[in-house]
Amino acid sequence: MNELVTTFPLWNWLVEPLKYPFLVQALWVSAFVGTVCAVLSCYVTLKGWSLMGDAVSHSVVPGVVVAYALGIPFAVGAFLFGFGAVVAIGYVKSKTRLKEDAVIGVVFTGLFALGLVLVTKIPSNVDLFHILFGNVLGISKEDIIQTLIAGLLTLGVILLRRKDLLLFCFDPNHAKAIGLNTQWMYYTLLSVLALTIVTALQTAGIILVVAMLVTPGAIAYLLTDRFDRMLLISIASSVFSCLLGTYFSYHLDISTGGAIVVALTLLFIVTMIFAPKYGILAQRTSQSPHPPTG
Amino acid sequence: MAQAFEITVDQLSVTYNNARLALYNVNCTVAPGTITGLIGPNGGGKSTLFKSIMGFLQPSQGRIRVGGMAVEKAQKQQVMAYVPQSDEVDWNFPVSVFDVVMMGRYGYMNLLRIPSSQDRRLVMESLDRLGMAELRQRQIGELSGGQKKRAFLARALAQAGQVILLDEPFTGVDAKTEKQMVDLLIQLRGEGRTILVSSHDLASISTFCDRTILLNRTVLAAGTTAETLTPDNLSLTFGGLPLSSLQPRSPKSEVDA
Repeated sequence: MNELVTTFPLWNWLVEPLKYPFLVQALWVSAFVGTVCAVLSCYVTLKGWSLMGDAVSHSVVPGVVVAYALGIPFAVGAFLFGFGAVVAIGYVKSKTRLKEDAVIGVVFTGLFALGLVLVTKIPSNVDLFHILFGNVLGISKEDIIQTLIAGLLTLGVILLRRKDLLLFCFDPNHAKAIGLNTQWMYYTLLSVLALTIVTALQTAGIILVVAMLVTPGAIAYLLTDRFDRMLLISIASSVFSCLLGTYFSYHLDISTGGAIVVALTLLFIVTMIFAPKYGILAQRTSQSPHPPTG
Repeated sequence: MAQAFEITVDQLSVTYNNARLALYNVNCTVAPGTITGLIGPNGGGKSTLFKSIMGFLQPSQGRIRVGGMAVEKAQKQQVMAYVPQSDEVDWNFPVSVFDVVMMGRYGYMNLLRIPSSQDRRLVMESLDRLGMAELRQRQIGELSGGQKKRAFLARALAQAGQVILLDEPFTGVDAKTEKQMVDLLIQLRGEGRTILVSSHDLASISTFCDRTILLNRTVLAAGTTAETLTPDNLSLTFGGLPLSSLQPRSPKSEVDA
């Protein structure tokens, strides 16, 4: 074993950190969070809901502060405010002549600012920096339990409702035409979006969670035309980046969330250039694709 | 033969968010078991009327009944199938032709949408009927214009809706596919279905529609195709355009056909 360690620096690089329990924990928690985010990112990418993800993630801040102040689990407060933000967005949009992106911008920045005000005024042990940028290395047992519950709930709902959610992303009119309840689908997808953000809150933080909610799906979308493969590729690239980022953050003593998202983004850039069918290089070599006839 | 459904539109008005009136006091009936053409200029409200009939948008006034039922109830009973315009579909979406046609069966399945052997059989039958069986594994963006239309028509068939609405089905479709689709629509009418087709192209519609509704913000004329497509009615509907460009059955197009 020792020979292996000295002869293979990479092996050493991978194994040495595993003797620290906190790091082993950080690795599997971030891989779990990466999986949940990756699954949802496929729907977010296809539905065009990146901005909605941004909005929900920023809106949870006051919820976290209030939850700590009241002594209830942070996940509950975060979920209620994240979901409430979306309801507020829907309400303002239906009552005014504003376009949706303007309404989203107004609502989430307002809630985020309210969170900042509360965090400076309400006495709690909420570390704003950790909410914003995550802190997977210092995550507590209670937080892991909340992360696991929110994450498993998300995966369960998506597993059971994946076909309806996909139909809703693809063709909501058809869903309506066959008598399905599209309102219900809309709120189901939003609920799992809010739950995913709650899942990733402690690991990635509310700013970087947007990357984890969009980039894996974007990578996978450039690589395949099949939804089931898209899910697998998305999960693989997300988990890979999470593990790699956590390792780098340990070895180089850099921000974990930052390292994860940088790894994810590098993976995206490589995909964007080299993807076999939809990459920039492939598109350049086949400038005039032959359209099928018939 | 299954029961044929009638569509009745009663004093329908639709206002857009910017207070512009899209449809005003529309009254019309789509007779059961017919192919009815909805004709009017672009921007004349054809798609809006379709979306109102399908319940995709909320009219500011009026009532729509399908076979005497409210639209929502008819939809729950899988009566109504809708074939969208090409530009309403995200052709880059990662679904195959088979996936799309299977979506026509979702309304018959349980909440988990697990297809039964009957669902699979009906999907394959629909694909066969439109000559799409061999292309069923293709991603929808890899199809030609005519194949795209046929894929969505196959979905309507798989749904086994008794009322089928087709919004501008012949745009971007070659003559061969158009003929094939018209033949299929005539077959479907023979099976007792009610079909409503919208178009801004008179020449194609006038050849196979039993009845015609002329629409420009409101219904300007309706009845059998022969009695509706008169020069006076057409100039009323399309106003401003030179009549010669609108002649539905000019000698030239008859030669072409």
